[in-house]
Amino acid sequence: MKNFAPALQLRCFYLSLFILLLLSVFQTRAHTQSTSYVTFNVTSKNISGEWDLSLRDLEDAVGLDVNDDGVITWAELLARKDAVSAYAISQLHVRGDGQPGSLRIKELLVDNLSDGNYAVLRFDVEGLEQPAKLELSYNAFFDIDPKHRGLLRLEDNGITRLAVFDPFNSTQTFDLTKEVPHSPFLTFLIEGVWHIWSGYDHILFLLALLLPGVLLRRDGKWQPVSAARPAFVNVLKIVTAFTLAHSITLSLAALGYVHLPTRLVESAIAASVVLAAFNNLVPFFAERGWMVAFGFGLLHGFGFANALRDLGLHNGQLAATLFGFNLGVELGQLAIVAVFLPLALSLRRLLFYQSFVLRFGSAAIIVIASGWFAERVFDFKWLPF
Amino acid sequence: MQHKNDMIAWTSKKLRTKWLTCFFIIAAINVIRCEPYIPQAGSNVLEKIRITAFDPAAHGMHELRARLTADPGNISLACQFTRLCIERSRSEADPRFLGRAQSALAPWWDEAVPPIDALVLRATIKQSQHDFTNALADLDIAVHSDPRNPQAWLTRATIFTVLGDYPAARQACLPLAQLTPGLIALTAVANVTSLNGGAEPACRLLRNALAANASASADEKVWASTALAETEVRLGRVLEAEADFKSALKFGRRDPYLLGAYSDLLLSQGRAREVVDLLKDETRADALLLRLALAEATIVPQPATLQTHVATLKARYESGHLRGDFVHQREEARFTLQLLNQPREALKLAQINWQVQHEPADLSILLETALAASDPSAAKPALDFIQTNHLQDVALMNLSEKLNHK
Repeated sequence: MKNFAPALQLRCFYLSLFILLLLSVFQTRAHTQSTSYVTFNVTSKNISGEWDLSLRDLEDAVGLDVNDDGVITWAELLARKDAVSAYAISQLHVRGDGQPGSLRIKELLVDNLSDGNYAVLRFDVEGLEQPAKLELSYNAFFDIDPKHRGLLRLEDNGITRLAVFDPFNSTQTFDLTKEVPHSPFLTFLIEGVWHIWSGYDHILFLLALLLPGVLLRRDGKWQPVSAARPAFVNVLKIVTAFTLAHSITLSLAALGYVHLPTRLVESAIAASVVLAAFNNLVPFFAERGWMVAFGFGLLHGFGFANALRDLGLHNGQLAATLFGFNLGVELGQLAIVAVFLPLALSLRRLLFYQSFVLRFGSAAIIVIASGWFAERVFDFKWLPF
Repeated sequence: MQHKNDMIAWTSKKLRTKWLTCFFIIAAINVIRCEPYIPQAGSNVLEKIRITAFDPAAHGMHELRARLTADPGNISLACQFTRLCIERSRSEADPRFLGRAQSALAPWWDEAVPPIDALVLRATIKQSQHDFTNALADLDIAVHSDPRNPQAWLTRATIFTVLGDYPAARQACLPLAQLTPGLIALTAVANVTSLNGGAEPACRLLRNALAANASASADEKVWASTALAETEVRLGRVLEAEADFKSALKFGRRDPYLLGAYSDLLLSQGRAREVVDLLKDETRADALLLRLALAEATIVPQPATLQTHVATLKARYESGHLRGDFVHQREEARFTLQLLNQPREALKLAQINWQVQHEPADLSILLETALAASDPSAAKPALDFIQTNHLQDVALMNLSEKLNHK
């Protein structure tokens, strides 16, 4: 078996590490001093947000450790949800153009920031109609800790602003931008790209199909294709089939001709990922990767349609919206393939690729997708992604 | 031919390990990437708010806070609560408690001359927040109005030692020694002497002091043993230093400062695994997390947790900057140099840090970053300081020599 020169292998490795790291974009916020994080999202439709409060700070301000055992459990936090919400509402005031808005707490979750767990309050701001000026007053914890800081991130129609609340700057005003009217085509193109990049189930499905794309099954074993071109054509067939199929169902569902319940669709998508990966270990779909891609692509299209519906279709420019979103999904996919394909091509001859990456990768995908399947069918959240 | 095959085999094996590591790194990063979630079970522990379940200091704090809220002008309650907060901030390495302490002193925080107890505590809080100028201003007033206040003198001596003003530090130690002869005063004196040309006498002093004060509190003995061990490190006596660090640990306090100093010794000796064993649960304190990450970076194969720890530290420093806090420059410089591999940025941080304080660790990071950034002129303030004060430190001597050869 001919191998590439070790130097090239190492180069491939470092390149792939860099790219993989890029793909798993992480976002951590943390501190050791008393800090909380408030995010406001202002769109033309509404104002919503999220407030992350340290459990240590809440313990001192509101009291969470009811049984006084030095430890705060989820049950204890949940039991104090009303008290925590009331505290939050009393400490964060919103005014739009002079009019008071009211905070409505929608849900309480937990987030593990790098220095511990935080209570996360998701809220809507009600009573404000697209204000031009937003005035925020923040006073949490200042009475027990003048060194506490509230870090604000204001997302305002695509513009991000940062600010810090401290006891001397507890009220701050922001001029909100008017939404710039622009072609929905571009907006939804970007949304499409984003949707596939953040749609781990779609990505894993694609990967499950692409992993063996540079190999041929012969005599019960995987063999690398002899030249790059057949592999390239194979991958192209798979991606095109997937694209075509989900474009069809995306359009049908988005236009309202077909409707499937969300939970069914999401569960089936998870199942499709499991099956696609399983096929790499125990082939039962013969060799027609592109047929599998087409068949399951029809299913994934319904998943995209749900996302598109959540974004809100502009009825006046339906064609542009749909086309833009679809194209965005394609471009996002092509980007992934463009990253994956050269890598896989260069590694396909390695026994390591055939045995380890293909098998272990497929097994990992099966495990993760099975987790999603269980979550979606039984309607609970377990995996953090 | 055989050699080439071996190379290929070796490279494949290396890649295999690297791919595995890569996978785990990605997994680790995705863990830290966490989105908000709903915990699986009510019994899931989210946060430990006391070090032990039955910590009497922590327990008392709640009650005390409640009494203080009802009676905020009660200075003795306020000072009691403040002292507890300061102690907790030190023992748990959580600066949050300094903020709590500051709020307890709110009625007197802005007064020019508050009651002496509040004044000294205010100075102590400012010192812990590295606001040395204002802390000294407070202490000037304090020792003037109450020259028999040992806490004021001790805090003064500590600040001057950190600032590297050894004559002033020695002057503050004199009344301290007269007012409270004992392990604390002796440690304070020995600290200054050890940095000012008297490292050997300081060792002898501390050893005798520890022997003569066996009945002192554990905290005092930890402080004295740590000071002794650090002096021995500076003299290059690694074995003795280690023995003294170990005996300091035996007093039963996982004092963050002690753990940090011992870890630094182990790191300098290339004993990274022992550092990992020592610090693997100490991820809350930034200074200890930094040393843990430094240790993990030198272990082969690199542990999966390294990337998480590096990401955590980076985020903490950034968050600090967003808040407007700039107290971690020294650690941040070390992080930037050794974990981010950015000598120029690290040098900038070390230089900013040098404006604020002049401890041996501050000298060390300034010399290290100047060396790494190939900028010997940046090291001049440190080299001058060492010479002027006759500071004995083998590690600093090595760095100086390397810089002189540049």
